[in-house]
Amino acid sequence: MELICPAGTPAAFREAVEAGADAVYCGFRDETNARNFPGLNFSREELRQSIVLARRKKVQIFVALNTFMRAGDEALWYSAADDAVAMGADALILADFGLMAYVAEKFPQQRLHVSVQASASNPEAIRFLVEAFGAKRVVLPRVLTVQDIARLTRQIDCEVEVFAFGGLCVMAEGRCSLSSYATGKSPNMNGVCSPASHVRYRQDGADLVSELGAYTINRFGPGEASGYPTLCKGRFEIGDVEGYAFEDPVSLDVIDEIDALRAAGVSALKIEGRQRGKAYVAEVVSSLKKALVASPGERAALVARLRAMSEGQRTTTGAYDKRWR
Amino acid sequence: MLPPLLAKPVDLAPLWLVERVARTLFSGVLKAHPELFERLGDYRRTRYGFSPVDLPLHFTVVPAMKALTVSRGAAPPVDARIEGPLVLLLGLLEGRCDADALFFSRDLSVTGDMEAMLALRNALDDSAIDLPRELGALAGPLSPLIAGTARYIRGKALEGRDATWN
Repeated sequence: MELICPAGTPAAFREAVEAGADAVYCGFRDETNARNFPGLNFSREELRQSIVLARRKKVQIFVALNTFMRAGDEALWYSAADDAVAMGADALILADFGLMAYVAEKFPQQRLHVSVQASASNPEAIRFLVEAFGAKRVVLPRVLTVQDIARLTRQIDCEVEVFAFGGLCVMAEGRCSLSSYATGKSPNMNGVCSPASHVRYRQDGADLVSELGAYTINRFGPGEASGYPTLCKGRFEIGDVEGYAFEDPVSLDVIDEIDALRAAGVSALKIEGRQRGKAYVAEVVSSLKKALVASPGERAALVARLRAMSEGQRTTTGAYDKRWR
Repeated sequence: MLPPLLAKPVDLAPLWLVERVARTLFSGVLKAHPELFERLGDYRRTRYGFSPVDLPLHFTVVPAMKALTVSRGAAPPVDARIEGPLVLLLGLLEGRCDADALFFSRDLSVTGDMEAMLALRNALDDSAIDLPRELGALAGPLSPLIAGTARYIRGKALEGRDATWN
């Protein structure tokens, strides 16, 4: 299986390449990609230079244009696609059907991957994307079990990529409006979930309080590991109970499922984390690269150190091994 | 945390001396890494505060003004502030530590304008700042000695906290 690695900056890109990535995915510094954070992402020139490095190191480069085009402003997405193709991106990762149609018509030879943001999670939807736009690969949402994935791969005629490690989005991706509800901005339209402009942290005695817009998301006691200020991982009072309504602050780790995913027909494992620093990218990519060729017994030790770098300093297999609580 | 052997001299040193050393280093870093400004964008005008929890000092920086001030006592007002052990703040400056991981572990705390803080984090992360090298560059004929000593101290201080570099 290929290892698909994140890069939010050219420095992180170099780390991913050196650590053994088979492919690195990244995006432009604007609303066309779903990690549109301040100071992050690539200028046209930076992407051009990164592609040169990738070619030299025989690593593929995927460009994520995975937000949904805003009516009237389609030119921003079209020009991003034009530039990525002209620079020689190995694949474009797309979510918007209109943008898929544009790329398929204008650049029929360009390899097209369906972004997780498209939320394509059943055979009919994926077959449609393959037939209509020539999609070569689909990145599956993190809401399916390993058994679901195995059933799915048998019924479709394209490669399957799944998330293996990193931030865990527990909602139907591309369709989640929680961030919009709290801030007016979403990963789908603006490229930002829980935008930093609406985030506030404050110390209340020894407690750390995180706020998003007008909402208190969490209160972490002294020494308690903290998490991102997203509504889906907030701690709320529901009736007489205080707890996590949707999911705890936790990251995804399905390294224990590598063999099952391989048997299920998965072609590529994706690491989430374009918003993370180069130190994280270096550590996670090199650990997972080793885990891919290690015996099942050796894998736990290889990735144990990564838990300390994870949200809430904990990891979960999420829906891949779904159990009701 | 900073060992007392290193913290005490900084604590006792006159403020003007600490400020002079910090300003010289800051100015050297900005000169060697002009790409920082490009990635910071409009946030170059932000007033950033750095408060090491193991030193009674606060560093206030405005990148666009190339201004750095050092103060003791109450933390001065800033747009965005980061607090944590000095070695981790320096590790972040060099991109040797992952900021999110240190935030999750509660080693760091951040307050104020989070967009500005993110922009700074990302700009620093993309710049290959090497503080021992920058320090060495300021030390003239003592350059190899100063850079080597600084590298040794950094290695010891960040043992197990920084990433496995490739």
